[in-house]
Amino acid sequence: MSKLPKPDELLSDVKLHDMPSKHWMDLKPEFKPGSYLYAVEPQVMEDLGRPHLGKWQPHDEKWPLPENWKEIVREAIKKRLERNRAFKLFMDICVRCGACADKCHFFLGTGDPKNMPVLRAELIRSIIKGEFSTFGKLFGRLSGGRPLTEDVIKEWFLYFYQCTECRRCSVFCPYGIDTAEVTIMMREILHELGIAVDWAMKPVRFSHFVGNHIGLQPHTIKENIEYLLYDIEQITGIQIEVPINRKGAEILFVTPSADFFADPGIYTFMGYVLLFHHIGLDYTISTYASEGGNFGFFNTLEFAKKLHGKIYEEAKRLKVKWILGGECGHMWRVWHQYHNTWFGPFDYLEVPKSPITGTVFEHAKDNKIVHICEFTADLIAHGKLKIDPSRNDHLVVTFHDSCNTSRAMGIFEEPRFIIKNVCNNFVEMPENTIREKTFCCGSGSGLNADEFMEMRMRGGFPRANAVEYVHKKYGVNTLACICAIDRAVLPTLMNYWVPGVEVSGVHELVGNALIMEGEKERTTDLRYRPLKGKEGEV
Amino acid sequence: MNVFFSFIITLILVLIPVVGVGLLGLDPLFGIVIPYVAFLIFFFGLIYRIIDWARSPQPFKIPTTCGQQKSLPWIKHSRLESPFTMKEVYLRMFFEVFLFRSLFRNLRADLVGKRLIYGSAKWLWLGAILFHLSFLVIMLRHLRFFIHPVPSLVDIIAKVDGFFQLGIPPIYHTDLFILAGLFLLLLRRLVDSKVNYLSHASDYFPLFLILGIVISGILMRTIFKVDVQAVKELAYGLATFSPVLPSHKIGVLFYIHLFLVSVLAAYFPFSKLVHMVGVFFSPTRNLPNNNRAERYINPWDYPVKYTTYCEWQERFRDVMEEAGIPIDDEWCKETAEAQKQA
Ligand code: HEM
Ligand code: SF4
Ligand code: SF4
Repeated sequence: MSKLPKPDELLSDVKLHDMPSKHWMDLKPEFKPGSYLYAVEPQVMEDLGRPHLGKWQPHDEKWPLPENWKEIVREAIKKRLERNRAFKLFMDICVRCGACADKCHFFLGTGDPKNMPVLRAELIRSIIKGEFSTFGKLFGRLSGGRPLTEDVIKEWFLYFYQCTECRRCSVFCPYGIDTAEVTIMMREILHELGIAVDWAMKPVRFSHFVGNHIGLQPHTIKENIEYLLYDIEQITGIQIEVPINRKGAEILFVTPSADFFADPGIYTFMGYVLLFHHIGLDYTISTYASEGGNFGFFNTLEFAKKLHGKIYEEAKRLKVKWILGGECGHMWRVWHQYHNTWFGPFDYLEVPKSPITGTVFEHAKDNKIVHICEFTADLIAHGKLKIDPSRNDHLVVTFHDSCNTSRAMGIFEEPRFIIKNVCNNFVEMPENTIREKTFCCGSGSGLNADEFMEMRMRGGFPRANAVEYVHKKYGVNTLACICAIDRAVLPTLMNYWVPGVEVSGVHELVGNALIMEGEKERTTDLRYRPLKGKEGEV
Repeated sequence: MNVFFSFIITLILVLIPVVGVGLLGLDPLFGIVIPYVAFLIFFFGLIYRIIDWARSPQPFKIPTTCGQQKSLPWIKHSRLESPFTMKEVYLRMFFEVFLFRSLFRNLRADLVGKRLIYGSAKWLWLGAILFHLSFLVIMLRHLRFFIHPVPSLVDIIAKVDGFFQLGIPPIYHTDLFILAGLFLLLLRRLVDSKVNYLSHASDYFPLFLILGIVISGILMRTIFKVDVQAVKELAYGLATFSPVLPSHKIGVLFYIHLFLVSVLAAYFPFSKLVHMVGVFFSPTRNLPNNNRAERYINPWDYPVKYTTYCEWQERFRDVMEEAGIPIDDEWCKETAEAQKQA
């Protein structure tokens, strides 16, 4: 792995308004350590029945492409143009107005022109023009066309894995051109050649065969949960049980598996189960459908569908009425925008209704899945929770809108409503960096590998910069979010750019504030940090 | 290079009718044949593009949600940015198409030391809206050449557009606006390093071409006047499919104007200009954000094999039993039977 430059040096080469003297078509892709991901291990692809290139790495001078690679690529492009209107249309109608150019966090953190969303899309648009259009063949570069070469494949690999599919560009485009859609298609096309990245594919294998991305076996999940329940008992003095694979429960709760085992997701998990205990919810979790996240989505849509089939078989098997989903970003993009199409109709489930408040979740009446923040916001609005927000007084909180839940779902108010009810100190980051304009963590869509660290710190810089602003101005020390990838990667990002800011899930804050029946006086939060005014007692 | 090339091509296009009509006297070719051919290409080209897009199905409902979703009744949902019903979608599309709402959001990012600063950047929006709305009004005004009697709406538009009576004959406001818009867009492409870097020759060409059209049009009206009655005769003939060359010869300037318009029309369906139609097809804007309330069908969806519960349970039976996690053989029997029946 390469050495990561110091924060003060990292951006010294970034010039947002200076462009290279060479035309972008003449710039060869460079595989600098820290800015590309390692190739997938062949065995992973074997196990999943997918083509691969054997043992190779992106920095190899010559890539072992199959002999008929051009044909494969051309066919793969054609097929997607014929089957996906978004892709086809986005290839046709961009006017290169550049409105999207400086909206991408990877451009802002690198100044690399090919990280401008429009040029990222142009990497494939130019090939479609150069290979399929008469105009493009005739006028070549003048009309934006170029021939397909091996360097183009390398370039695709580099830049379609320097896009986190965050959709920020799409917000600003006058036609809604969504480079994330382009990236999704392009990763599929690379997959057809056998090109994939290890960090995004191993979790697919685990999720497929074991049920969750890290490969936690059922008994390990149970053990982990027991550890967390032990901590809860230490902190609150009450004993909680978490039902596992229980038939006949009313609700199946599915959350990203990182919440079972990874700091700081585990505190969010403690928050969930405290909440469920507090309201006496009739629910179960599953060790079979133990992954809400979906690493398939970062590779091919077919894999995405493959991995989440489990959730609905499990719902059927356990005979639950509806499904509640935990805090996660891309998980909710897939759940919200894809599940109903893939797995519906859901006549074996019932329209979700909160057993506590009686609220019918009309907006989820067909898919029968509810976001935990919708569920909790409803509880709070009905006054069903006993809350002591002063237990979060040691925190000054700001909220990071995750790309996926923001721009592929639109859940902005629910988490804010919850935070404002369970915390006394909440401040927003600057307006141009939140809500639909929020900045990506820089490591989403399967890019949070260690070998990619420099690019992650660059891509995460715009987010970190906004946090730094409120950290300095208001003393913010907690970055709340509703995404498991955020919880996994933002701590690293904060450590690098804004030391002194911790990352927490929203339901961790809920867990801190909930006044549980029969609990002892709390002196610490769920992380064993002393509460305000209780520093001496710990 | 890109700019130069597009400029030269436009100049050549200007010269073609100068030679064709001015020197060779090919009035019928430039007055009748070429316009017809061009508009046929425009018409069928556009239909082809529309059918082509319509033929590719949109597999998923993927609106870009730029505002609060509709969820709990007491949370105000953003009807425009996160439309739930088709009515709200139409509203969103209206704002996109006529007011360029997304473009209005534009920001400019600057890196100052180690700080990112975002400023407002409405120039692009201003240039685009000046250009497009003027273009629309000018098109409508042109109807007076093609329709007899002139519809009153067209008359009103022309009156309003000439309200301030600048110059003799009065120059239309939109003529100035469209020039301003075009120059803004062109200037931006030339001076904004990023936009300059990503522009192809084919991005400058339409700007020069339309500038050519606008300038020749304005000149015809103000300085080198042409016989308007003769133009009307020709235009009306074209519009009623009984083309005749007018009895009085029309000046070459008019043929330059007409030829450039013909080129624009023929070029339109095969260039980025199809964004005019394409924008209506954009799945991130023309679909409602109601995925969980209304199922969306993907016509080519296909079943995929996943690890079923029973396969999974077989693999982990031992550890599950040991950990006291319930085993469910009943379900496996049930599903196996259901499978046999199917
Ligand atoms: C539904 C109608 C339309 C919409 C919503 C629309 C929208 C836009 C927008 C937002 C831009 C970006 C501005 C820019 O690129 O600088 C643009 C560019 C452009 N549009 Fe349109 N447009 C429409 C119809 C048309 C029509 C009818 C024409 C006719 C020629 C046209 C010609 C152009 C040209 C030449 C540009 C490029 C400007 C440049 O290169 O800087 N558009 N359009
Ligand atoms: S904002 Fe849209 S139309 Fe403009 S350059 Fe970007 S993708 Fe193309
Ligand atoms: S989707 Fe996000 S990461 Fe990808 S190009 Fe657009 S702004 Fe950049």
